[in-house]
Parts: sequence; C-alpha cells; structure tokens
Amino acid sequence: MNDIFLTVLLTLDATIRVSTPLIFAAMAGLFAERSGVVDIGLEGKMLAGAFAAASVASIVGSPWAGLGIAILVSTSLAMLHGFATITHRGDQIVSGVAINILVAGLTIILGLAWFHQGGLTPALSNESRFLSITLPFVEQLALIPVLGPIYKELISGHNILVYLAFVVVPMVWWVVYRTRFGLRLRAVGENPKAVDTAGLSVIKLRYKALIVGGVLCGIAGAYISTAHNAQFTRDMTAGQGYIALAALIFGKWRPLTVMLACLLFGFLDAVAVRLQGVSIPGIGEIPVQFIEATPYLLTVILLAGFIGRAIPPKAVGTAYVKER
Amino acid sequence: MKNLAIELTGIDKHFGAVRANHKVCLQVKQGNIHGIIGENGAGKSTLMSILYGFYQADAGKIDVLGNTYSFTDSHQAIAAGIGMVHQHFMLVENFTVLENVILGSEGGLLLANGLAAARKELTRLGDEYGLKVDLDATIDTLSVGLQQRVEILKALYKGAKILILDEPTGVLTPQEAEELFRIFGALKQQGVTIMLITHKLREIMAITDQVSVMRAGEMVAHRDTKDTNREELAELMVGRKVLLQVDKGPANVRAPLMTVKHLTMADKQGVERLKDVSFELRAGEVLGVAGVSGNGQSELLEALAGIHPISSGSIEMLGVEMNAKSALGPDILRDMGVAHVPEDRHRMGLITDFSASESALLGYHTDPKINSGLWLSKDKVDANCQQLMQAFDVRPADPHLKSANFSGGNQQKLILAREMERNPEILLIGQPTRGVDIGAIEFIHQRIIAMRDAGKAVLLVSVELDEIMSISDRIIVLCDGEVTGRISAESADERTLGMMMANALDSQDSLDPFHSMDKESSTQATSQDLSA
Repeated sequence: MNDIFLTVLLTLDATIRVSTPLIFAAMAGLFAERSGVVDIGLEGKMLAGAFAAASVASIVGSPWAGLGIAILVSTSLAMLHGFATITHRGDQIVSGVAINILVAGLTIILGLAWFHQGGLTPALSNESRFLSITLPFVEQLALIPVLGPIYKELISGHNILVYLAFVVVPMVWWVVYRTRFGLRLRAVGENPKAVDTAGLSVIKLRYKALIVGGVLCGIAGAYISTAHNAQFTRDMTAGQGYIALAALIFGKWRPLTVMLACLLFGFLDAVAVRLQGVSIPGIGEIPVQFIEATPYLLTVILLAGFIGRAIPPKAVGTAYVKER
Repeated sequence: MKNLAIELTGIDKHFGAVRANHKVCLQVKQGNIHGIIGENGAGKSTLMSILYGFYQADAGKIDVLGNTYSFTDSHQAIAAGIGMVHQHFMLVENFTVLENVILGSEGGLLLANGLAAARKELTRLGDEYGLKVDLDATIDTLSVGLQQRVEILKALYKGAKILILDEPTGVLTPQEAEELFRIFGALKQQGVTIMLITHKLREIMAITDQVSVMRAGEMVAHRDTKDTNREELAELMVGRKVLLQVDKGPANVRAPLMTVKHLTMADKQGVERLKDVSFELRAGEVLGVAGVSGNGQSELLEALAGIHPISSGSIEMLGVEMNAKSALGPDILRDMGVAHVPEDRHRMGLITDFSASESALLGYHTDPKINSGLWLSKDKVDANCQQLMQAFDVRPADPHLKSANFSGGNQQKLILAREMERNPEILLIGQPTRGVDIGAIEFIHQRIIAMRDAGKAVLLVSVELDEIMSISDRIIVLCDGEVTGRISAESADERTLGMMMANALDSQDSLDPFHSMDKESSTQATSQDLSA
C-alpha cells in the first residue's frame, strides 16, 4: 500500500516538473492568442531561450544571468513575429513556423561554433543551475501520515521556477479579468474594430501581448536547460511548444483551465516514462508512443466538439486592417 | 441664433486616385438634429470618419464647439465631445454591456472602480434618456435594437455632446425606429447635437431640423427641413429628377404559378424556421413578403429556390410538385423557369473575386450558348456579359473587371440581369435594393414591374416596408416563421404592417391562405378599428 502511495506521489511530483514549462509557454500563448495573434512559434522561442540560458549560465556561472538573457532572446523573437504579422500583416502561421525552423538550426550552429561539443553547451555545475529548494519543517512533518509525505515529496523540493509557474497562473487570471490591460486584451482578440473606434491602438496592444508572451517563453526555455536539465541539447524542447498550444486550446483560452490541461498533459508524460517497459496485467505493455500522442488526440477530440466546445477568440489569426 | 457644434471648412480627402471628399463645408448648430444624405459612395461616411478622427483630412479645418482641432486618432475626437454609432456596431460580443461601455475609458489600471462608477453613471443616463439596458447581459444575447442602445450609451458615457449615427434604422423594426426617434428627442432636449446619416428621405423629413446633401464627394445643398420636400432632396442627391413613387398600372392577375401548402422547414439544428406557411403566387402579380429580418424570409427563399430541403408540406411550381420526399435542386428549378436573386449578393449572388463575365454566368455555365465543346468559350462568355450589362445599364460596362470592384448597385444589376434576361416564369427576389443607391433603386423597381406586366410571377422579400408597399400587389407578413398577416397593397400602411410583423394583430384565425379580395378588406377593417 505504502509503495503504491509513494509511486503515485513520485509520478505526481514528476508531473509538476514536466508541466512547468508547459504552463509558462501556454500562458505565453494565451496572451498572444487573446490579443488575436496565433503563436505557433512558442516552440522556437522556448528553444532559443533554453539555448541562451544554458550558454550564458555556463560562461557567467549564474542561472539568473541565463534567465535574463533567455527572456531577452525570446522577447526579441516575439518582436520579430510581431513585426512580420502585426506591422506588416504577414501570415501568422508562416511567421511562427519560420521562427521555429530558424531557431532549430541556429541553436545547433551557434552551439557548434561557440562550444565545439557537437551542438551541446557545456554541462552546468550546480552553481549555474536553479536547484531544488527544500521547504522548512520537511523532516518534522514527514512523520505525519499522508500529509507528511505529500508535503515532502510533492510540495517541497522543487526549484524556484516551478513555484513561480504556479504563482504566474493566478496572476495571469487576475491581469486578464481584473485589469484594464486585460479588458483591452480580450477585446482586441474578439473585435479589434471596437478597440480602434474606442480610440485605442490595436497595434500597440498586440505588441504588448507579444512582449508578455516573449518573457514567459524565455522563462520556460531557461527552466528546461538550467533547472530541469543541466545543459542544452539539440531540439531539447521536443515539441513542448506544440503541446502547450494544444493545452491552450484544451483549456479554452482560460488561465486556470489551461493550467489544468498542462497538468493533465504533463501527467500523461510522467506516466509514459513510468510505464516504459512495464507490463500491465491484462493489457500488456502499452506503447509509449500511444501515451505521448494522447494530448494531441484529446485536443482533436475536443476540437471536433465531443468535450464541450472550444471557441477561439474571434479575431485570432487575422491582421487588423483599418478599412473604409 | 444657436452656437455651432460642428464647423467643417474645405475638407479634402483622397484615397489614391479616388476623390472621396472635395472642399466640403458643413455647419451644424448645437442641439439640432442634422441629417446628411447622399447616395452610396457620395462621401458621407468618409466625412464622418474624418470628423471622428478615424482618417485624417488632406486639407481643411475642423471646429468642434468653437475650438479648432486636427484629430490624429479617435481618442482625440472622443475627448472633444464627439461620439459615433457605426452602422455595423463596434461591440465585443462576448463582453457584458458594462464592459463594452468602459472599454477605452476604464478609469484606472484596475477594472473594479471603473465598473462600479460606470454602473452608477449608466443607470443615471438610462433614467434620464429612457435608455434602459440590462448592464450585465452579454451583447450576443441582446436584440439589435438594444445593441444600438449600448452604442449610444457608450458614446454618452464618454461624454459625447455630439452624436453621429450612421444609418441607424437600417436594422430596426418600425417600432424600434420609433423608439430610437423618441430617444433622439430626449437627447435633443438635453442639448445633445445629433448628426444623422441616412438614405431614408422619410426619416429626414420626420425628425431632422436641417439637412445637408452630398453628391460625388461634394456638399451640394443645405436646407432647413421645413423648407424642403422628399422630391427636392432626391433630385439633389441624384442630380436629376427621380420618381419616388413607382409608376405602375393595375395588376392583370392570371392563374397561379406557384402554390405553397403547409410548408414547414427546420434548419440544421432542428429549429423550425418556417411553420405551416401557405400562399399562392399568381402570374402577373408581385407578392411582397414583409417581416423583420430573420423571421423566416431567408429560409422561405431558400426553400422555394430548392437550396434547402423542406420538412413537410408541399410546393407546387409550374405544375411540378416538391415536397419533403421529392426535392428539386436549384439547377432543375432554374431550367424550369424559376429564377432566384439571393438576398445576400456577396454570399450567394456572385463571387467577388471573379470577373464580371464569370459572375454573370454562375448557374448558367452549362448553357450551350456560351460553351464550345468541353470548354467555355471566352468570347461568348464576354459577349453574354456585355449584352447583360447593356440591358441593365451596368457601369462600368467592362466584363473583365473584378466583381468586387463594382458598386453595390451595379453588382445587383448584374445579378438581376443574369436572372431576368432568361425570361423566367417565376422570379424569387430577396432584398433587391439593399445597399443600392437611389438612382439604381428606381431602375430595379421598374424592371420588376415590367416582369409583372409581362405576365410573370414575382415573389419579393424585403425588409424595406416602403419597397414592399410600393411594388407589391399583395403582401404577406412573416413573424417567427409563421404567416402573421395577409393584406392587399393598397390597404396596407406602415402601422398595420408593423403590428403584423410583431404579430400583434389578433384576428389571425380567420385568415384564408388563398384569400379573395373581400377577405383582404376585412383585414383592412381590422386595422382601421385599431387605429380608431
């Protein structure tokens, strides 16, 4: 019994670690899409952030410096996306995909040129990483049944960025639903003309949304290379940007439900790792690929209208043109 | 002498080579209702957009309430006291009324205070002007009339002293329009200046104090409303004499060409859009179908044109019967001699990216006249289009011009030409003059009457009551998918039709779908009783 409890706890613990970058990226996507800009470049911005963070952290020796640069790089890419799609009204999907491809190639080339380790960055020492934080009273509380282990294994022992992710979500909710910026953000993604005729700038609002998204993607990238792992490896985001986008749709563009979607997809990932090579009685060995495909399958089922309806912001995907 | 609310002097505006406004001057007195009329493309909307800071004028001077401004965005115009209610409402549909109103003037970084203050202020405005709306309702649950109120509240909340309304009654029932005019009265009493842009001369005559007429980007006349009349205004708008009343003789009605019995039709969601509709359409008459937009008229047209299958009942056309089991497609009906001019010309009438000659053969592309073997003959297609353009005076008469680049009136004339020049027995026609300028309206009406006089049957669906009353010989009224009124055109007036459109007449049970004239006079008697 105790063993099973501990296994569940450890799986949930892994879920939280895996979900963290998804949450940051999905919140980034939420800002972009709520403003009316499709952000398929989440993947590329995360990857660029991961590379920048690992590179700088390995040279400077501080994870915070890495985080700062990751945010800077990711935000610059977001501005590139904005320049192409908001200022010049380019296709949002094409621009996003272009960023993903650009970053996938550039990180490897720069890695080779700078570090000569086959596209990797040097392994990070503990001082240049975000390390786990042990919360106070863990040992004292460990003896309490059920709650003690939960506190020790699940809640304590994560790095600062994990905790940040779970602080960011209610903050995003608050910004989107309780502030002036949030009201305008939601309006510009639904009916930019209403925003324009109210005397507000559609372009400025959309750029602001992309900046917020860029910052969040940068944090997601830094987490992947300097907190969850200890170096940059090629294509290390491995499609998490797309999963985050799927979670955004699955969560119907609402912060709290999007977070839950991220946790669900993270849980599936954690289970997939745990089930590798394990034979379940009566079923046999479940192919890992099947579990890995589940988030996408769920999203497709949702979009087909089987689990409620996912209605995107009305103006998403279209550039704003002031017309006669 | 009242002070001036607005003074525009020498406003010029070009879009590329197009001259939208040329040396426009306008004076609007404070606290007046000032009408601005003109045909489509006369430059009214451009001028108002300049006044609202949406566009910048190339030259000219703008004075608002005695101060000179040069607006570079709408924010400045709003600050100067100008509010605008656009023809297509600028509302966020999934926001509440309150959220829509405060957008752009939230009163601080956080919403809570702004929302509370706005709630108080809007309640006050609502009481003062009779503009009652549920502040917590989301926009998509409100009727069009209420959405328009939200737009007016939005402008007033932002401190508008001058309210510009662009075609405000286009989407309203006569009763809703009355209510709007009552609100105008209340606003005027409080010293609000109202600028009304419209093409409805009746409204101009009924509620404005002054009227200015635009034609081809220029101001051609300013009048005090009491010193002018509809005929003069129409002439000023078009630049020539216009017949407002359609000139038509008595109908020479013959045998029925179409008999609809107990027609019921459900949409894809299973909602019944037409309920037990019965009527007859006879050769040599125009049957008008009136109703507030969205009460089953579109569905009726689609059912009769064979576009949408019916659920029960029957339609007999030219001796062939259609029912739920045996449906005839639009192509077969077209071959039989049933022509259809759809309500929405951009969605169903033509393809805006196609050239005029391509749009002119939609539905008739298999006609041997324009084919040679497997291929369409380009020359014949062009010749066909040229001929249609000549017959219906489509301008410019260029078959290669993209359909989108014609004005609304000329697009409509092209579609009418396509459908009418093949001499159909039955013509189904929806909103023939929506977004069409007054000169073209006259032309279109004449062609419809000509068809009637040639012994064809015409079914006319329109939300314009004036049009229904002047063209039709008989009128049926749809409300919520049911026939709620049948009346002959000569005994119809706006009030009666309005009551029928709201299903507020209660002598419906005695209505005989295949009514004779004495039944109609009994309906007329009812309406007279009501107005007495």
